[in-house]
Amino acid sequence: MAIKTIRLPDVGEGVTEAEVAEILVKIGDFVREDDPIAAVMTDKATVEITSAYGGTVVWIGGEVGKTLAIGSDLIRIEDDASKGGTPEMHATADSAGAPPVASAPPDDALQQEAENEAPAQAEAEPPAAAAHGAQAAIASAVADANSLSADKSHAAPRMPDPMRVAPVRPEGAAVLASPAVRQRAREAGIDLRRVAGTGPAGRITHSDLDQWFDDGRQQEIRPGRGTASPSQPSEEIVETVKVTGLRRMIARRMSEANAAIPHITVVEEVDVTEIEALRARLNETRGDKPKLTLLPLVAAALVKARETSPKVFARYDDEADQVFYSSAVHIGIATMTDGGLMVPVLRHAQDRSLFDMAGEITRLSDACRSNKAKREELSGSTITITSLGPLGAIATTPIINKPEVAILGINRMAMRPSWNGSAFVPRMMMNISASFDHRIIDGFDAAVFVQKMKTLLETPALIFMKD
Amino acid sequence: MTDLSCDVLVIGAGPGGYVAAIRAGQLGQKTIIVEKQAVGGTCLNIGCIPSKALIHAADEFHCVKEAAAGHSRLGISAQSAAIDLSRTMSWKDGIVRQLTGGVAGLLRKAGVDVMTGMATVLDGKTVQVETGEGSVRIACQNLVIATGSTPVTVPALPFGGDILSSTEALALTEVPESLAVVGGGYIGLEIGTAFAKLGARVSIIEAKPHILPHYDEDLSKPISARLKALGVSLSFDSVAQAHDPQRGLLSVRKGDAVEQVPAEKVLVTVGRKPALQGFGLESLGLDMQGPFLRINDRCQTSMRGVYAIGDVTGEPMLAHRAMAQGELVADVIAGHPARWDKRVIPAVCFTDPEVVVVGMLPAQAKAAGHQVEVASYPMRANGRALTLERSDGFVRIVHEAKSGLVLGFQAVGAGCAELVGEFGLAVEMCATVTDLAATIHAHPTLSETLQEVALSALGKALHA
Repeated sequence: MAIKTIRLPDVGEGVTEAEVAEILVKIGDFVREDDPIAAVMTDKATVEITSAYGGTVVWIGGEVGKTLAIGSDLIRIEDDASKGGTPEMHATADSAGAPPVASAPPDDALQQEAENEAPAQAEAEPPAAAAHGAQAAIASAVADANSLSADKSHAAPRMPDPMRVAPVRPEGAAVLASPAVRQRAREAGIDLRRVAGTGPAGRITHSDLDQWFDDGRQQEIRPGRGTASPSQPSEEIVETVKVTGLRRMIARRMSEANAAIPHITVVEEVDVTEIEALRARLNETRGDKPKLTLLPLVAAALVKARETSPKVFARYDDEADQVFYSSAVHIGIATMTDGGLMVPVLRHAQDRSLFDMAGEITRLSDACRSNKAKREELSGSTITITSLGPLGAIATTPIINKPEVAILGINRMAMRPSWNGSAFVPRMMMNISASFDHRIIDGFDAAVFVQKMKTLLETPALIFMKD
Repeated sequence: MTDLSCDVLVIGAGPGGYVAAIRAGQLGQKTIIVEKQAVGGTCLNIGCIPSKALIHAADEFHCVKEAAAGHSRLGISAQSAAIDLSRTMSWKDGIVRQLTGGVAGLLRKAGVDVMTGMATVLDGKTVQVETGEGSVRIACQNLVIATGSTPVTVPALPFGGDILSSTEALALTEVPESLAVVGGGYIGLEIGTAFAKLGARVSIIEAKPHILPHYDEDLSKPISARLKALGVSLSFDSVAQAHDPQRGLLSVRKGDAVEQVPAEKVLVTVGRKPALQGFGLESLGLDMQGPFLRINDRCQTSMRGVYAIGDVTGEPMLAHRAMAQGELVADVIAGHPARWDKRVIPAVCFTDPEVVVVGMLPAQAKAAGHQVEVASYPMRANGRALTLERSDGFVRIVHEAKSGLVLGFQAVGAGCAELVGEFGLAVEMCATVTDLAATIHAHPTLSETLQEVALSALGKALHA
């Protein structure tokens, strides 16, 4: 019986782990080659994982919200060819409640062991998980047993949460394990300092790792895990939602940016009457071109502002203490989606026309909202624009999209009275809120940039002036 | 100017660089490797392989010479012995060509583009290469610095003319009448011993109190004895001062005294330094660790996307360390969760007798806080060693007193270089002396010494 393992592939440059965003199959499902089986999320994008083989799913190595190392086991599939049946035959057998291993049973001892395990697991599982029942338990046990005999170096990577288990060895203490054990632990994301070694001289053996995985399985099915925080009275909680996926990613990145970057925010009032008039005129004569919002005009102003404030358009690698300046202007456009905030990148804004930018912004927004944005469309920006549109306030304090060093917030437009020297006149006014990484951008440079943006937006002809 | 782009750009096609490139290519990365000289680097072209070829030729010649002099204990006689060193060098060059051609083939097979030319780093993502066909600018996602090392010079003895580095010594086509070797480390001893066997009058000048100063004197003593038997003169606590090419003499100061050492040629082997100058690397401002590039356990430098492997990253400057780093760095770039977690980097000196050091020396283990026990076993008690006409040397094992965990091995003896694999495996697998003692070792082999020394450590020696 051939059990094939699909491992989490490299999903992007430099990424060593990814969070499981969605599992699209369940144990017992039949999948064809190239069928989608899961989606994982990196720090940039959600990537769909497809099956490299056809067959029946017998083991699933991740759950939604779990972070897996690149290369770790994701799904195991029993090769349909080895079972000698067609997909339809499997479907029939499964729907009749027969375990998927029935047509090719394991040896007696193994089957007995699997059957023994099944009731205990079914009893301990929460109701939703118990839907797969004994069938899943048997399939899982067979898959595990096969994996141990066929490919011991990649046995079941389910494990206790490393953060919840205290190290058994202090920092810097030697870990005794063979290279194969070390590699297996590394791929499963286990810190071997936390694993007790039962071998000679305290050596950690494959059996010790197996025990670690087994312990993890026990913890996974322990009742009560993942329920309310003990600090909260349980009767007040109406719903507990695990923070996963994009929301977890946003939370982490916002925390990192806010904690790491000393922000300085400058708010300035801008008279946008002229630029709004220009926008209206351009839209009236646009023909088949995309409708202009204020965003492309702000993006064009940013491109112009780069000429006098190049320092603001940078990426700061604080680990390497290096700032990278680019002649290209890649503008992140903060975009609200059903899953949360995403920031697609309007690349090479300096080479685009207003209408081209408008079209590209729409395309990127749609890609984000339909969850089809590619990784490269979500990375590489050198400055970001954030806007709440009509919902926006008088002023906001935008958080920088790390590793950039500046972000421009667009606030709500409103008709306000403005003193022109002799009388109050109605003018369309809008505040801009620009935050800067104060490690890289001094207050003076921040002020120069904001004043330049004010000037450009108030006198839009300057945006298009060629010096 | 031609523009190219790639996922991985490796500068330097030595053992670290070419391994990194091959593995990166195998992992599906679009890879380019740039080499200013020949594929294979120092190791294949002017280091490990040529020196071992010369050592083998010298050994063979020495045997014939002994037989011709009527000194063969095996009853072998020969009428006369002569060597045509230029033919020896041609044979050596043939091996080098075969191996470098093999590496080039492996690179091709892995889909790696090999570019011959001088690379200049423009920034962390861009490198310009001056090739025979013009300039090429390469944009890369990942840059691997694998530029190796160069011999250290002595100000009083600048390379050129009769002052040789190992590179020139390994290309000599005539055996010099006299050769002074400045530096008693493994490179100087290997080449010096070979030329002594080829008939040169060899003197070794070492500033420290014994040869192989990184190791303890127990390990160097059998080599000193053998060098003396071969007629090599050894000067310790001595410093070379100046060479007189007309008279063929090297002045050597020892304390207050200055003596003249015969030296038609002078081989300077006082160490190697990382090759980090002259190709724009300074502009990246990478963090250093002493004279070397600072890297982490993923071979990452202080700049994201820039990696370094091999001699530029520090000691020990050994080809197999560079190769292991090369493999690692390709895995890291491909997104695999690889980290440097090796317990040991074995070292072999192809002196006569050979020296193997794996893991901790006794003093190092004690300094690291281990409760240490040391056992040794003499080569003279090994049947196979005696059949090979050699009884000098020993095998030593350093282990934890309480657990028996093996912390290190050292061995000195003719042919003991081949034990290094088992030594390394034992330490990497976290073997104990019990494991080794319980493993049957074939008789009669030199490897029996390993089982015997483990038995000694357990107080159960059978043959000593």
